[in-house]
Amino acid sequence: MDTVVLEGATHKKAGPGSVPGVPAPPVKRPKAKKAKKAVVFFEVEILDAKTKDKLCFLDKVEPNATIGEIKSMFHKSHPQWYAARQSIRLDPKGKSLKDEDVLQHLPVGTTATFYFRDLGAQISWVTVFLTEYGGPLLLYLMFYFRVPFIYAPKYDFTTSKHWVVHLACMCHSFHYLKRLLETLFVHRFSHGTMPLRNIFKNCTYYWGFAAWMAYYINHPLYTPPTIYGEQQVRIALIIFLFCQVGNFSIHIALRNLRPPGSKTRKIPYPTKNPFTWIFLLVSCPNYTYELGSWFGFTLMTQCLPVAFFTAVGFIQMTVWAKGKHRSYLKEFRDYPPLRSPILPFVL
Amino acid sequence: MASMEEDGSVEEKDNNNKKRTKSAIAVAWLTFYNIAMTAGWLVLAMAMMRFYLQKATHKGLYKSIARTLKFFQTVALVEVGHCAIGIVRTSVIVTGVQVCSRIFMVWFITNSIKQIQNEESVILFLVVWTLTEITRYSFYTFNLLNHLPYFIKWARYNMFIIMYPLGVAGELLTIYAALPFVRKTGMLSMRLPNKYNISFDYYYFLIIVMLSYIPLFPQLFFHMLRQRRKVLLGEIIVEKDE
Repeated sequence: MDTVVLEGATHKKAGPGSVPGVPAPPVKRPKAKKAKKAVVFFEVEILDAKTKDKLCFLDKVEPNATIGEIKSMFHKSHPQWYAARQSIRLDPKGKSLKDEDVLQHLPVGTTATFYFRDLGAQISWVTVFLTEYGGPLLLYLMFYFRVPFIYAPKYDFTTSKHWVVHLACMCHSFHYLKRLLETLFVHRFSHGTMPLRNIFKNCTYYWGFAAWMAYYINHPLYTPPTIYGEQQVRIALIIFLFCQVGNFSIHIALRNLRPPGSKTRKIPYPTKNPFTWIFLLVSCPNYTYELGSWFGFTLMTQCLPVAFFTAVGFIQMTVWAKGKHRSYLKEFRDYPPLRSPILPFVL
Repeated sequence: MASMEEDGSVEEKDNNNKKRTKSAIAVAWLTFYNIAMTAGWLVLAMAMMRFYLQKATHKGLYKSIARTLKFFQTVALVEVGHCAIGIVRTSVIVTGVQVCSRIFMVWFITNSIKQIQNEESVILFLVVWTLTEITRYSFYTFNLLNHLPYFIKWARYNMFIIMYPLGVAGELLTIYAALPFVRKTGMLSMRLPNKYNISFDYYYFLIIVMLSYIPLFPQLFFHMLRQRRKVLLGEIIVEKDE
């Protein structure tokens, strides 16, 4: 073993450009456990990205260890930093390394130096989504059933006399129920977690707007659509349902692009489902359909707060769509040129 | 910092670097703009002093300077544009919030609610604004001309310690005085039922505005304190990352 360690030491002086993982003469051993086959062990030191303090030193690290495994080892010496809140990078100001990156394929010597940044308390995406969407679902129903202390006491537990109010409640509840079920059964997330403070930000947005809309739609003094009346509501409902089905179809198509448990990324293409043919013109049709649904809901309820919610959502989704479109273009050379981020030919 | 000029401050050095990359037109326009604004607020200051010296009362003072005030304060919107096109390196949002809060006070409080125009709190914030703006615009002017007298820099980074709290007091007291009149007239408010299915109560909106000073004012104040430490005392402050 002594000779091996010496060889490891000379490799260290070879500099960052060398391929450190190439072992010296492989030790001839009988087929033993995988651990015994490793020849050149790495040493890993982890420094704080800001203060450059040495936080952790790991010796005898396998060359084929992944960043994910190194994170678990780091977690053992610093139990307050679970793996999800660790950002490990080669350069203090550089990008985070991925969990799948393998130690020996990184541009490091056999003593690898990594920099650590604390990402802060993390919360799983699933938890965030369930809380974000559960809130609006329940809040709207509270307003619909006119729970006490919202409207004047004489209206407690009464129901609206306008049929469009019942319809709106069904649509709103269906929408958020669909989102909850998709979160549980359809979506495949690239990241497991997000920073904890996001849940406060997101919930304020969703819950706040849901309460604001629900207050007016279910208000005893609500005025149903006046411009085109019943016809307006009917058309609005068709638009809403069409876009709900479309949005769901896109989610299924995106899910099918990614095998279970993987994090691969591929260009989405139209499938046999006609609702996915919009992929020919748009990179993020899930946002397009989402905008369409809320546009339909605005038309159905003729309520200005709903229009504001639709507008704000449109702005946010456009920002996201443009970002996604840009990363598609960067990642794939052969990305179809006809596609726009969110609105065909326009945006 | 390794190469600190003799008169130098972090901001000044940054301004020099900025200027080197700024076009001559931008510099010329900004110099003209800042001189014009300094002059405008000086005119306001003199008009206010003259009124008070002649009439020995503050009643009617606002009315006499209202048009000039509205003009120069509204023109300040242009500064948001400066940030947006990049000839001034400040965040669009920060500038936007500051200018909008001024515009809000002028147009939606003092201009629209005539009954509070003779309040003492109005004179308070008018004096504070005038002194602050004259200092600020002359600071920018001298910076652009590369000849910043120390006393102007001193004034800009020290006066705010008194001016900010006084200004906030003046504004809050004015809004508070306006509340009963807002409630009585129901101005800018909309009630149900209506075909847009929305309602807005300006009275409660004003209360929320007043409450928002609580989180916002300390942030602005401590930001200026930090700038002061950097510029006047040469401290190097390591920003805490989020």
